[in-house]
Amino acid sequence: MGNNDALAPRSETGVPLWEYQESRENPDLAAIRDRSGLWINGEETEPLTGKWFLTIDPATEGHLSMVAEAGPADVERAVGAARDAAAGWAAMPATERAKSLFRIARLIQERSRELAVLDTLDGGKPIREARDMDLPLVAAHFFYHAGWADKLEYAFLGTEPRPMGVVGQVIPWNFPLLMAAWKVAPALATGNTVVLKPAETTPLSALRLAEIAAEAGLPPGVLNVIPGAGATGAELVGHGGVDKVAFTGSTQVGKEIRRRLAGSGKALTLELGGKGAHVVFEDAPLDQAVEGVVNGIFFNQGQVCCAGSRLLVQESVASEFVDRLRRRLSTLRVGDPLDKNTDIGAINSAAQLQRITELVESGQEEGALIYQPPCELPERGFWFPPTLFTDVSQSHRIAREEIFGPVLSILTFRTPAEAVERANNTPYGLASGVWTSKGSRILWMADRLAAGVVWANTYNKFDPASPFGGVKESGFGREGGRHGLAAYLRGVG
Amino acid sequence: MVGRLAVSKTYKLYIDGAFPRSESGRTFAFTSDDGSVKVYLSRASRKDLRMAVRAARAALAGWKGRSGYNRGQVLYRIAEMVEDRAATFTAQLELGGRPTGEARKEVEETIDLLIWYAGWCDKYMQVIGNMNPVAGSFFNISVPEPVGVVGVSAPSAPVLRGLVAGLAPVISSGNTAVVVASPAQPMVAITLAEALATADVPAGAVNILTGCPEELAPWLAGHMDVNGVDLSGVHPDALSDLEEAASHNLKRTGRWENSDANLYRISAFTEIKTVWHPKGR
Repeated sequence: MGNNDALAPRSETGVPLWEYQESRENPDLAAIRDRSGLWINGEETEPLTGKWFLTIDPATEGHLSMVAEAGPADVERAVGAARDAAAGWAAMPATERAKSLFRIARLIQERSRELAVLDTLDGGKPIREARDMDLPLVAAHFFYHAGWADKLEYAFLGTEPRPMGVVGQVIPWNFPLLMAAWKVAPALATGNTVVLKPAETTPLSALRLAEIAAEAGLPPGVLNVIPGAGATGAELVGHGGVDKVAFTGSTQVGKEIRRRLAGSGKALTLELGGKGAHVVFEDAPLDQAVEGVVNGIFFNQGQVCCAGSRLLVQESVASEFVDRLRRRLSTLRVGDPLDKNTDIGAINSAAQLQRITELVESGQEEGALIYQPPCELPERGFWFPPTLFTDVSQSHRIAREEIFGPVLSILTFRTPAEAVERANNTPYGLASGVWTSKGSRILWMADRLAAGVVWANTYNKFDPASPFGGVKESGFGREGGRHGLAAYLRGVG
Repeated sequence: MVGRLAVSKTYKLYIDGAFPRSESGRTFAFTSDDGSVKVYLSRASRKDLRMAVRAARAALAGWKGRSGYNRGQVLYRIAEMVEDRAATFTAQLELGGRPTGEARKEVEETIDLLIWYAGWCDKYMQVIGNMNPVAGSFFNISVPEPVGVVGVSAPSAPVLRGLVAGLAPVISSGNTAVVVASPAQPMVAITLAEALATADVPAGAVNILTGCPEELAPWLAGHMDVNGVDLSGVHPDALSDLEEAASHNLKRTGRWENSDANLYRISAFTEIKTVWHPKGR
């Protein structure tokens, strides 16, 4: 699968040094059942809608499971269960709450191989990333927040933090379990109960998380998981029994939620889209910068809200940098997500592939130059090759709109001031990258980039102790760190 | 002998460091509770509000680029200028119906509130920000930064202290502000503008509009170049529409029921920026 033969490392005379050998993870480890019900009040339950939808493996289009679709009556049940559990959970000795979360973290560590395979199958991400990024971070999020549960009075000076009550959370499909962990761990640590709606295309790992939480002794109703599409999410965020809404997804939907909640008094945090700028100065360590840029845009097939989807490279090194980038692209292995050698997996859905394709076509129509390394894509499933655009101007759609795919738009700049102006010329403000050897310039740039996260001489680094979130139209509120706790507490703002 | 005619003041708007009349030519009258004093003030229009936002945007880089220490000095200077005009503020509050003792007390509390926020300018980032102990070889720090241009809808009571309780935290972190004053006693807002204009506040960093808040607030909440709005002064019935207007560019919104000193009124209009850098030899 993929451009395998072309990829084997070669000697100086062009002879392959060794043959490519597939190393495929066992899909049975995911233990997927034919039917996956709702998780309400500590047990799996049939949907009152009587509706079930299919979730598939985007790499093969093979059927994985029929998943219960939550309708209004199910949202009512789930919010009711969370309401009933709220007082008891909030009143529980905080150290006991902490211990529940520590135990969830441990169980995740113990079952991490199963969970990695599950997310890879349901979402299409390379197993290497699920195994090495997603799962360690998922466990770490529960472990980090567990420790906060009985220390909240130390988190915000001069305040008396209290839980919000019932939290409604809606998460995307790009990091199915990791986004669930980002949402659930801080909400539970701060004494709230949760109704979580996972994304329509990737509901399985969130349901598995609910089972694990029950196994860890989490009381019934504290964590409820109700799969469904946009209508289910809208029902949840608009429900009168929900005190706080946390959403990760597109800026468009985020704005709709903000409108819907206007005047409701509900607390809201939004982690939305981005058009991250990756600024490379001429004095940067170029090979490291190439790795950083590749990681920034091709990690998770570019389906990352903080993806470094715009490269701003200083004019003096632009052509050399683009050459190195092209060379590096030709060694990326696209194909079977379960193969441990795979760098770029499947696009999450046919709809997402359609969006990427449409935007890439617009780039060509608007006159940008496309480069895609030769690579053979599997016949079935949803695939898009790693793509670079040069000759991109600021007005091109591919320079302005979030593509959410493995597509990098390359622009150039001459002076640091111009780099700042171009980087900030977007309604988004989630993340930016800077590559330079000059320390004072890093700090100067970091001060001026309008972004919630600035990665200097690195990119796409995450940690439960480090707050993540955007400015401008990339949303408000932070996830992770001390600041992330504020999103789930009353009396601290 | 004919008595000397007192020279009464025309109360105008405060935009970009100047005191223009409303471009619309509109005025409104404030009449004291006992009917003895009638004063005309400018009734700001949508266009005045846009000019104020433009001035605030232009002033932003300079004001947020100043050191916290310097901003603290400017806020302290504002307190000095308000103290200097304490008698004027007290008299104006009395005209609005405040009993003498209460009026004087409100002025004093306002001055003390300014001093409190002056002191935060070079400290709030130490309390709101922190290092993050990430599990990797990285320097990782989170610091609050001002969101940008912030609209402040000032409450009707307490009219002076309430305005300052909204304005001071917003500018202490480096935001610039467009204030819509309450018509309950609008003269104090313009007297405050005169204090600001002589307190080394850079032109445009604070802009104050008098007029009809019901007319101005929707434009302020919907303006695409405003990054946050403090809606403390708006009627609860209007909140829903204003928050909806604010959703178009995802403004940060806040609303406070009191005029107390509150560190978290500063952080409400800041954003946390997290910076990562590898450590290595």
